[in-house]
Amino acid sequence: MSDVASGVANVPARGVLPQPGAAAVARLIGPWLALAVAFAVLPAIVTSGSALTMLSMMGIMIVFALSYNMLLGETGLLSFGHAVYYGLGGFLAVHAMNTVIHDALPIPLPAVPLVGGFSGLLFGIIFGSVSTRRAGTAFAMISLGLGELVASSSLILRGFFGGEEGVSTNRTKLLHVFGLNFGPQIQVYYLIAGWCLLCMIAMYALTRTPFGRMCNAVRENPERAQFVGYNPQTIRFIAFSLAGLFAGIAGALTAINFELVNSSEVGAAQSGLVLLAAYIGGIGSFMGPVIGAVLVTWLEVMLSDVTDVWQLYFGLLFIGMVMFAPNGIAGLIMIHAPLWQARAYGPMLRLALAYLVALGPALVLLAGLILIIEMTYHLSVKATEGTTISVFHVTVEAMSVIPWVVAVILVAGGFWLFRMTWPVVGAAWHNAFAEARGAGRAK
Amino acid sequence: MLELVTISTLNGVLYGMLLFLMASGLTLIFSMMGVLNFAHASFYMLGAFFGYQISQIVGFWPAFIVAPVLVGGIGALVERYGLRHVHQHGPVAELLFTFGLAFVIEEVVQMIWGKGPADYRVPPSLDFSAFTAFSTNYPAYKMFELLTAIAIFAVLLAVLTRTRVGLIIQASLTHSHMVAMLGHNVPRVFMLVFGVGTGLAAVAGVIAGPALVTQSNMAGLLGPILFVIVVVGGLGSLAGAFLASLLIGLVQTFAVSVNLSVADVLGGLGIAPPAGGPLFDLWNVTVAQIAPIIPYLLLVLILIFRPTGLMGTREH
Amino acid sequence: MISRFSTMLCAVAATVVAALPAAAQDTVRIAYVDPLSGGGASIGEVGLKTFQYLADVTNAHGGIAGHKLEIAAYDNKMSAQETLVQVQKAIDSGIRYVTQGNGSSNAAAIEDFVAKYNDRNPGKEVLFFNYAAVDPILTNEKCSYWHFRWDANSDIKMTALTNYIKTRPNIKKVYLINQDYSFGQSVRKEARAMLNAKRPDIEIVGDEVHPLLKVTDFSPYIAKIKASGADSVITGNWGQDIALLIKAAADAGLQVDWYTYYAGGAGGPTAIKQANLPDRVFEIVEGLSNEPYAPAQEFEKAFRAKVGVTFSPPVSVFYPRAVNEVRMFVKAAEEAKSVEPTKVAAKLDGMKFTVYDGGEGFMRSDDHQFFQPMYIANLGPLGKNQPFDEENTGWGWKMTGKIDTQDTIVPTSCKMNRPS
Repeated sequence: MSDVASGVANVPARGVLPQPGAAAVARLIGPWLALAVAFAVLPAIVTSGSALTMLSMMGIMIVFALSYNMLLGETGLLSFGHAVYYGLGGFLAVHAMNTVIHDALPIPLPAVPLVGGFSGLLFGIIFGSVSTRRAGTAFAMISLGLGELVASSSLILRGFFGGEEGVSTNRTKLLHVFGLNFGPQIQVYYLIAGWCLLCMIAMYALTRTPFGRMCNAVRENPERAQFVGYNPQTIRFIAFSLAGLFAGIAGALTAINFELVNSSEVGAAQSGLVLLAAYIGGIGSFMGPVIGAVLVTWLEVMLSDVTDVWQLYFGLLFIGMVMFAPNGIAGLIMIHAPLWQARAYGPMLRLALAYLVALGPALVLLAGLILIIEMTYHLSVKATEGTTISVFHVTVEAMSVIPWVVAVILVAGGFWLFRMTWPVVGAAWHNAFAEARGAGRAK
Repeated sequence: MLELVTISTLNGVLYGMLLFLMASGLTLIFSMMGVLNFAHASFYMLGAFFGYQISQIVGFWPAFIVAPVLVGGIGALVERYGLRHVHQHGPVAELLFTFGLAFVIEEVVQMIWGKGPADYRVPPSLDFSAFTAFSTNYPAYKMFELLTAIAIFAVLLAVLTRTRVGLIIQASLTHSHMVAMLGHNVPRVFMLVFGVGTGLAAVAGVIAGPALVTQSNMAGLLGPILFVIVVVGGLGSLAGAFLASLLIGLVQTFAVSVNLSVADVLGGLGIAPPAGGPLFDLWNVTVAQIAPIIPYLLLVLILIFRPTGLMGTREH
Repeated sequence: MISRFSTMLCAVAATVVAALPAAAQDTVRIAYVDPLSGGGASIGEVGLKTFQYLADVTNAHGGIAGHKLEIAAYDNKMSAQETLVQVQKAIDSGIRYVTQGNGSSNAAAIEDFVAKYNDRNPGKEVLFFNYAAVDPILTNEKCSYWHFRWDANSDIKMTALTNYIKTRPNIKKVYLINQDYSFGQSVRKEARAMLNAKRPDIEIVGDEVHPLLKVTDFSPYIAKIKASGADSVITGNWGQDIALLIKAAADAGLQVDWYTYYAGGAGGPTAIKQANLPDRVFEIVEGLSNEPYAPAQEFEKAFRAKVGVTFSPPVSVFYPRAVNEVRMFVKAAEEAKSVEPTKVAAKLDGMKFTVYDGGEGFMRSDDHQFFQPMYIANLGPLGKNQPFDEENTGWGWKMTGKIDTQDTIVPTSCKMNRPS
């Protein structure tokens, strides 16, 4: 009530728009500045070559996952063939780079992602004009079919796709600007980080425009969007093309990073990966796919070193997310948003403590499950290699009874203890929200 | 010429029937429950491996009965404890659940049976040549595949349209609340349908295992074609799936025998091919080379021009 | 905001995990980069165990120039980009030798990467030992000083095969069927060219390509082969493409001779025995143990006892070329008295060597392609003094033809940049 009153009192003179206060501006660009600083500072913490490569891959995946979320999260279009635009962006970028090198054109490397974006936009328009006529399951199936078509034709159109070896290039042979030849990985990292930030800002800005809102409207209720005067098909088409544009940029960045693009970039596996990343991160919020991209890239690179059955853990993680946290990691975080907004720090801390209490048994349960999976794997497939395995740096003899007993105890005990902590967490949750609501009313 | 047509027709029909065996379960699940089961090919693979393992112990014919029942049971459990829980989160979540399930099943199969091919063989009772056409032998086992596929089609159609259970299932599809109010246990109906659907996939696996290679990657190799069949046939139509399987089987088989390329056709019209560049490959590609890709072309065309499929009843 | 904080948390966690301990100074490690999960894993595992066995044998005989030899496994999941990530990880942990073989696309990626890496990081050079990627391009257009190939590339194999066919007058009508990608295309191209040059009287009655690993029903192709009246088929098919092809041939009762590159792969002999095609399936190989050369036979026996039985069906020495690779590596290090890559490379360049099955081979300087005697083997019931069967089928590989090293040589278009 008092807000409205003060607002009325502060109405400025006619013809002059109210200027946003300094606080509002800070809130708007603050996070982006912080992100830029974080991107800039990260390589100082991380110095090994492969970690830098992984960071670069994360940057690329962030752009790719965000572009995918423009379709899934914003407009409600589930696509199984988004990698087509990513891969084609990459291919066009490599061919462009090779042409630039061959003809010694004065185009520096940082401009190459524009080619990828253009290619993504072009193919997004071409394929989008037929795909977006339908929505829902039909759209998903068309995207799958198109994806398979492009992936299969990649082995036939050898000239463009480079056959099995793909097309390779050399990023140091383009025009050097500011003395940078982009040979060392750190320079490539900064290039990718810069483009990533740019794309993130652009895509975020898009969600704030009326067009972005209409996408959400089409996702929720296409018929009602029609009543308001917008053609859902046109909205979907534009969203699709723009998503293709950003996917193409991601593809070009990957071409620069690896100096190699081959037909697997347009394949179903790549499409599945970005779907996984966006979904695990959370399709309901803008930052969700970012989290998912980082997590999935990290898992992809690191998990296979730790265990041979990484695909199983991946699948189980995915199923677990779908069943228990369908809004992804971002969704899990966002549930706590009211607490944060009410600035109920005390209750939040107590809630965090309750979570910690529940975490212990959960970890025990997890350890038991991992032990069982690893032992089963070694007993069945690698039996003849000897059944001694190393789990969490503890040597375990998979054939003997003791580890199995331990594992069963861990699982059963962990689950039981975990269940016991649920009331604690429930109570803390209840209290936290009650306090937050109380604080809100008092304000 | 006659020889080519006869042989291609025979081969096409046999291949198409194998595809139908696999796709029948998927159509059932989709038309009854609206769930596009990404893990369907994985249940097919489970059927093949279970069939292999059981046939090692007791022989092929017991495996033929037991394996599908086991896999159907697993399918029912998956529906009861997994899919039902996810159903409330929407169709995307359901799709993604089955997606993750496909991952997990493939990995579990690898864990248990390893990554190499399993030595799953045609049973001796069927290991002879049924007849010879134009000096090409047709093994009896393929005839068995054909007969099984037709039998399944006939039985399914009969059950769905003429029995009480079938009518309840069809009604639950469109008016689940009404059916529930009439006193039928709709969730149990869905569980039954899912179980039967996956059981059918397992039957296909038990039969196709000896004919194709039984390996942990067999799901990924056949998965996409299944979707093409279901979509082309019509989302919701069993007869459509039958037709689509036949169509795709015949088209692919005939396409292999055709060595025409764009160059031949246009060359005949007097148009010269481009010297190089990306179009050069396209110009010289023959129909035979792209034969396995034709189903996907068909899929995209159908979805653009006739989204309900050839005989579909469900509009999405 | 909370979510951005968690993003950074993830990144920091990643860096902690990424800090790997450096290797002990007295161990020489070879990074084995091949698929160890997913579809290609069954083949990747065999290669890994082979190399690990070779490392054990080497260490039992004193190691490599006084150092211990170790194999570090990296799973590339059969993806070229993942391959590059894994190679980068290997280099980060101090490894200077990379070996790989499954998939020429992955090999091309490694070769490119290693060439660029060595160029941009003088003093930290890395060598790439290729044991199975046979695309000729790797020692022609894309050749590199830092890449050494121990497997006869597909052109060499075709040269050897066609030289063998030259001596067989009963082959009159040949049908070509291959997978439609770079390897399959090079097989059919070279087959046509070489047959035309060496046996112009042979009629090529069919030249078929099919999409890679997508065909489940080969009966239409078998029908075409039958209709053409061919007596022999030349095919580079591998994996399920050769297994299904042979199965379909058996189903249809097709009686032809099969000249293959990879019929001996895992599952191949079982499929051939099931198809009941004795002495009809030929393979071109660089070594076979049923030849009476004692050292090879001893090696085969020991290998099968220790490694072969850990697989089901049991495997044999699939990779005599891996044996050559490790032995030549040891010899080069000993001659150079160092395990420094540049010195080892200099010794490997042009090295002559007695190969696994007796016989002389050499690593050609111009393109770092190894040339060795090749054998045409066929699978069938064994005679006496042929103790080794495959996959417990009772059938084994027997030699039907030998092609001397000199008769396997092919020209190269490589313009190698040698370090000064």
